[in-house]
Amino acid sequence: MNERQRSKLVVETCLLAGKIMIENGSEMVRVTDTIDRISRNAGATEARAYVTLTGIIMSATPDMGSQVTAIDKRTFDLEKVSTVNDYSRQFADKKISLGEFYRRLKKMDKDVRPFPFWLQMIGAFMVSSTLEVVFRSNYTDFWAAGFVGMMGWCIYCLTDHYTDIRFLNEFIAAICIGFMSILIIRAGIAKSADDLIIGGLMPLVPGVPITNAVRDTLSGNLVSGPSRGIEAIMSACALGFGVAMAIKILG
Amino acid sequence: MVTVIIYSVCVYFATIGFGLLINLPRKALNMAGIVSLIGWLVFHIVNIHMGGYLAADILGTFTVGILSIFASRYKKMPVIIFNIPALVPLVPGGQAYQVMKCLAIGNYALAKSNLIQVIFIAGGIASGFLFAEFLNQLYLRLKKYFITKKATR
Repeated sequence: MNERQRSKLVVETCLLAGKIMIENGSEMVRVTDTIDRISRNAGATEARAYVTLTGIIMSATPDMGSQVTAIDKRTFDLEKVSTVNDYSRQFADKKISLGEFYRRLKKMDKDVRPFPFWLQMIGAFMVSSTLEVVFRSNYTDFWAAGFVGMMGWCIYCLTDHYTDIRFLNEFIAAICIGFMSILIIRAGIAKSADDLIIGGLMPLVPGVPITNAVRDTLSGNLVSGPSRGIEAIMSACALGFGVAMAIKILG
Repeated sequence: MVTVIIYSVCVYFATIGFGLLINLPRKALNMAGIVSLIGWLVFHIVNIHMGGYLAADILGTFTVGILSIFASRYKKMPVIIFNIPALVPLVPGGQAYQVMKCLAIGNYALAKSNLIQVIFIAGGIASGFLFAEFLNQLYLRLKKYFITKKATR
């Protein structure tokens, strides 16, 4: 492998690692740090990278053109972030070669291994029911809140799967949560509609983007921090308007 | 006392449930639950016995920040794996919902006071994390300083 091919491989590996990390909800400091580490460990001391939320620009040596990658979709899958971190550590310890690193990243990006859907439903049930108890200390509505949260998460995933419009899935899920809670109260199964809605919304609250927005802004990344903040505020507003609409309609 | 135990169990399971939704690595689930539980206990004790949700939120997130740094060193995983799920029981979900509901039914005064609470809690959470990060960097600097001092001597 000559010098030119090697620096090309370094850039490709860095871009792929950074892309996977941003797509799956890592904060910007970690991405920049990982790219720096990989290029330093691979011997490209003059590598430069510019990382934003929607794309990465990187060059390996001053006499070579820089490469770009675009990032369109951002979801949350912290297992992938952790795996990239592991591979980067192994590469730093010289346990795997650069080519092996790139192949593993490619393979990991293909075969996604999320928790099965039924386990996610149980997770949504656990989040909604227990947090309803913690926030509102209303023990009798435990099962109803869990049910509402589970159905809300199910609707969120289904709309996410079949449509491409951002924030629509949050909006529809919030409307359904509001309707379901009010109908359950009308049927006389549970006591308080407020508690059911608060519990049901908990799995959908944009906790990850808010945390990342604050961290990015505080670390001085004034491009990515505010744009993540806008993303978080938009999804919070979609949830809020959905619930408000349900309350307005059913009363 | 019984209430606190019930709530603690609830917080632990809520964190694990949220971990299932954001696909946390399987090895980290239990540790994330423990970090979240201790952070929430600090929040609860300060909130009940010393007064003030703001101080409680700052101290709770500060605890979460410090503990997740330790946990990430121990498990060799990124810090966000531990502090994002641990934030779930501390977010102002109830107040944020009250803001939307009051706006929907037209009670703007109550909506405003709830909104101010939400903003204060969000600021408290941010400053708690900031302070934990500050202590971490201070520790790393001091360690580096002493190592170089020992090497030059």
